[in-house]
Amino acid sequence: MAHGEIRYLTPPTVDVKKKKYCRFKKSGIKYIDYKDPEFLKKFLNEQGKILPRRLTGTSLKYQRKVAQAVKRARHLALLPYVTDMMK
Amino acid sequence: MLNHYEAVFILTPVLSEAQMKEAVDKFKAVITSNEGTITNEENWGMRKLAYPIQKKSTGFYSLLQFDADPKVIATLETQFRRDERVLRFLTFRLDKYAYEYAEKRKNTKAQPKAEEVKSAKAESKEEKTEEKED
Repeated sequence: MAHGEIRYLTPPTVDVKKKKYCRFKKSGIKYIDYKDPEFLKKFLNEQGKILPRRLTGTSLKYQRKVAQAVKRARHLALLPYVTDMMK
Repeated sequence: MLNHYEAVFILTPVLSEAQMKEAVDKFKAVITSNEGTITNEENWGMRKLAYPIQKKSTGFYSLLQFDADPKVIATLETQFRRDERVLRFLTFRLDKYAYEYAEKRKNTKAQPKAEEVKSAKAESKEEKTEEKED
């Protein structure tokens, strides 16, 4: 009788998980340009570190390309190696 | 055996306009004298560096795209290393997709200066709006 319904003191929050996606696959970008630091900043945190895939949702193939582009941009002083408060 | 390459180098800001051109021409000559062909050339002008290099906070960027034999790269890079006017350089081979992108970029940059100024202005505007949103 008592098993009919489970009652919680605090109702469990059922938040709909928004599916992450790879923006390069979705929009069909094949090459990531290192010459565009403003775009690359989307993949960096405030200290200028490259964000992990689990946060950005980028696929492995493009994550490698992002990393390559960021490193090229850093070498050419388009992006800093280390910084604070980049955004 | 020819490959597509791209080279970007940063020259010291202490040079005059003429010296700058002379330096760029020198590297172009290195490529062309070794049977390479320059397909595209861009001067990004004076830019602020993200971090100081050799105690300089600005630099003069220029970009060369060229088709050449892989052997040319070694000579080009030694020239870059020997030249004191070069703060930094980067040469790499363009893969299939990079080449497509480069070609597109080349064609859209038919009227370079006007567009660059516009895009620079647009960027600065965007930045401002972003700041407000934050």
